[in-house]
Amino acid sequence: MTPTQEVTNPDKTETVQSSTREQEFLLRPATDISEDAHGITVLADMPGVSKDRLNVQVDQNQLLIEGTMAIDVPTGMEALYADVRATRYGASFQLSPELETDRIEANLVDGVLALRIPKRAEFRPHRIEVQAG
Amino acid sequence: MLQSLFSSFDSDPFGVAQRLEDEMAQLHSSWGWPAGIRSVRRGTFPPVNVGATPERVDVYLFAAGLDPKSIDLSIQQNVLTVSGNRQSPTNEEASYYRRERFDGDFRRVIALPDDVDPDRTVATYRDGVLRITVPRREAVRPRQITVN
Repeated sequence: MTPTQEVTNPDKTETVQSSTREQEFLLRPATDISEDAHGITVLADMPGVSKDRLNVQVDQNQLLIEGTMAIDVPTGMEALYADVRATRYGASFQLSPELETDRIEANLVDGVLALRIPKRAEFRPHRIEVQAG
Repeated sequence: MLQSLFSSFDSDPFGVAQRLEDEMAQLHSSWGWPAGIRSVRRGTFPPVNVGATPERVDVYLFAAGLDPKSIDLSIQQNVLTVSGNRQSPTNEEASYYRRERFDGDFRRVIALPDDVDPDRTVATYRDGVLRITVPRREAVRPRQITVN
């Protein structure tokens, strides 16, 4: 359960540029997104992606998830059947200002990316005490 | 090399054509990939790729987040069956905006070429991909007959 890649600085956008440059089809990972009182959880299925080929970054409130499959295929292999016809995943989401984008935690286990995006303290629900008298 | 498994159908310029054809096939549900008798609806979990060399057949199941012990794998003659279960635990305190990830029991049946040798099947699970390697029987090589 080691953090995979730091959510990098907005000015490190090489990967974004390279992905837009290539005329390549992206697989959109199946995703679960849920929200509780403390933040938002994103789960994304990215089978075949190892953590060194995963890139999670935030650029101007846009969350970008990218990954490339690393699968060992023998030389000269021909496809007999293929449901999956691309080797890159990509998804992006617009974040809202109450989220703490510099404190996103990312974990990648068995091809499932889990992101936890906390809410800023002032946006978390807090109980207001009613004074007696 | 990776391209050979994923893109042999869509090397340009036919890639776009193939993809369009697939999309049209979804609209008309009659054309497209020559459907095997055990073929399933596109988008069925988990997606499968099958690749072959003269020596072996490799089956790749793209199934992230599985417990390898829960995968049930059997092969009879040349028919491979993979079944299992993926639990996607629900956080009761959260509200969900998207639930696209597969949850529950799955099963896929894949017909392999006739010359596979199922006794030497090897399966590994890594980064959410289950890879099953089935060797093929030695090809019957032409024998040289000497004339005395």
